[in-house]
Amino acid sequence: MSIKIDKEKCTACGKCLKVCPGSLIYKDETNKAFIKYEKDCWGCTACLKECKAGAIKYFLGADIGGKGACLHTIQDKDLLHWFIVKPDGKEEKITINQKDANKY
Amino acid sequence: MTLEPKILKTDILIIGGGTAGCYGALTIAENSSVEVIIAEKANIKRSGCLAAGVNAINAYINEGETPESFVDYVKRDSDGLIREDLVYTIAKRLNKVTEKIESLGLPILKDENGKYVSRGKRSIKINGENIKPILAKAVEEKQNIKILNKVNIIDYIVKEQKIIGAYGFSIEENNFYTIYAKAVICTTGGAAGIYKSNNPGFSRHKMWYSPFNTGAGYAMGIRAGAEMTSFEMRFIALRCKDTIAPTGTTAQGIGARQINGKGEDYVKKYGKPTTPMRLYSTVMENRNGEGPCYLQTVGITKEQEEELYKAYLNMAPAQTLKWIEKGVGPADENLEIEGTEPYIVGGHTSSGYWVDTDRATTIEGLYAAGDVAGGSPKKYVTGCFAEAEIASIAAMEYIAGKKLETLQDSEIDQKLREVDSFLTRAAGPYTIEQVEEAMQKVMDEYAGGISTGYIYSKKRLEIAKQRIDELVDISKTLKAQDLHQLLFIYEIIDRLDVCKALIRHLEARKETRWKCYQENADYPEKDDANFLKYVNSRYENGEFKILLREPVERDDIYEH
Ligand SMILES: Cc1cc2nc3c(=O)[nH]c(=O)nc-3n(C[C@H](O)[C@H](O)[C@H](O)COP(=O)(O)OP(=O)(O)OC[C@H]3O[C@@H](n4cnc5c(N)ncnc54)[C@H](O)[C@@H]3O)c2cc1C
Ligand code: SF4
Ligand code: SF4
Repeated sequence: MSIKIDKEKCTACGKCLKVCPGSLIYKDETNKAFIKYEKDCWGCTACLKECKAGAIKYFLGADIGGKGACLHTIQDKDLLHWFIVKPDGKEEKITINQKDANKY
Repeated sequence: MTLEPKILKTDILIIGGGTAGCYGALTIAENSSVEVIIAEKANIKRSGCLAAGVNAINAYINEGETPESFVDYVKRDSDGLIREDLVYTIAKRLNKVTEKIESLGLPILKDENGKYVSRGKRSIKINGENIKPILAKAVEEKQNIKILNKVNIIDYIVKEQKIIGAYGFSIEENNFYTIYAKAVICTTGGAAGIYKSNNPGFSRHKMWYSPFNTGAGYAMGIRAGAEMTSFEMRFIALRCKDTIAPTGTTAQGIGARQINGKGEDYVKKYGKPTTPMRLYSTVMENRNGEGPCYLQTVGITKEQEEELYKAYLNMAPAQTLKWIEKGVGPADENLEIEGTEPYIVGGHTSSGYWVDTDRATTIEGLYAAGDVAGGSPKKYVTGCFAEAEIASIAAMEYIAGKKLETLQDSEIDQKLREVDSFLTRAAGPYTIEQVEEAMQKVMDEYAGGISTGYIYSKKRLEIAKQRIDELVDISKTLKAQDLHQLLFIYEIIDRLDVCKALIRHLEARKETRWKCYQENADYPEKDDANFLKYVNSRYENGEFKILLREPVERDDIYEH
């Protein structure tokens, strides 16, 4: 499991670099973000939640059952929208109000 | 490339801006004008165990329970061996620190009467996704707390058997820091990455504990000669297969039972369902050909399934992704479970610094709290908060009237040269990654990892010791191309020191007290007569000295 960063979408804001608990993300020559240590990603999704541009996508490695789907998030005030896009392009969205506690 | 020396001074240095570190800093800032530096290897906004979020407050005294009954529970679950004074002082503060984090903005589920909704006797329901940013924001607002993000601490500064600060380096700028403080609080968390993990390939860091907590606090303490306790009581988690997501949400949240491949409820066959027993029974079922084992979720409603999706997104998003990606959720397929590799984590078991009731370590000027502090299992988030509060108050009292002590420039220079040598030397025979892999393989095969069903023996430990010693020598030849690689090297050096201590502790407990956590093949029975004691160690002149210490009762005030 790891993340991918879409260079086209990245606005070079630098926020994901800062927040990664493993400091795994770096800037390239054009100040755009890339993951330097792909296999060291913990999958915490901290970087996704920082990215206002929706440029960071999270995926499961094939070794843990990944089949090509990707996850990304969009924050809208208290609402955190989670999008899962499958390889066939089908999208599922789950929205969580961050002010709501879990039922379980 | 070489590093630029920088000197900083403060009243209290907190190493590790995680759960305990941030809470401790906040306690100091709210009660005094004492100056604090938090040195954090990442960025306090999302660093440490809380990065992805947590699913519940797992240590809380719900109605009908008391601090005393909490201590009784922890003692039962840990086979009779805990520092009752430590657990009790935590238990008495659990509800207060919970109110505090709620006041900072953590959502906690309440019923129509405004009461917290319990999840079992000692747990309450929250939305823990944002818990770390909430805590970090409160810390950032305080004037007297200076935060050094992206600074990795590598060793304490010891002068005349007292801790007077710490050394570290930035992973962003070429800076080598000497930080002087009147007292130091260590809150670096536990140690992951000691053993080969469940998913050793591409997803090698898809593990339960934070892979970025690499036992620095333990290792620095060992090197400085601090007394350590109970490393042999390792923590092995029972987790969702592959994603290593927590099982408690499903097991306690919707009451799912553990069943084997034949659909049988198996845990009770093995004894009381304590935390280690739920794991042990799963290991045994698999060994006996009765696996795979599952949490029985088939038959839950679609509504429950939807809530599980959300709960996992709030702390372990990989699990929700896996369900949705597969197109089959828990309502239609049971959730497979497995044991993880062992971790050293004082917030779940007893491993860590041997502290007095005030959380002072055995070295003057050094305090410890959270997963790095030993003796009190089942701290979880709120226990780490409580312990940080105790340690910070004690540290504040300790520094009253104290002056900063400093070193000669030549002493700093010597340490700087040691660090620089990794950057300037020619590459040795092996890469950083090869040494890490070798360490994890040795520990897995010879010190009770997953591949041996967690069991170890003296014979195997002897091989482990020899191989780890060889790797320590190799680690001294490693070459760093940049600052991040320098960080990787220190993370390995620290973990190798933890391995050395762990091997000695495993060997010293000549009984089997905790199934899986500590199963000594040479002594398969529990031996209360000789081992209802803490196994402690101190590293002196290149050797670990083992000390067996007697139990401490709940009303005792333990002093070193
Ligand atoms: C995945 C997961 C889920 C959990 N879920 C729950 C739950 O639902 N409920 C619950 O109550 N408990 C839960 N726990 C337990 C709880 O989160 C931990 O016990 C607690 O957060 C540990 O706090 P800590 O301060 O000791 O460590 P951390 O919060 O991890 O802090 C350690 C900090 O030290 C920093 N650091 C490490 N080494 C260095 C160094 N050399 N120099 C500088 N900084 C350094 C790290 O970057 C980190 O920020 C969970 C733990 C994990 C791992
Ligand atoms: S947060 Fe997003 S936009 Fe900003 S640097 Fe990272 S990838 Fe680019
Ligand atoms: S998911 Fe977490 S560990 Fe992985 S790159 Fe993003 S912030 Fe870092």
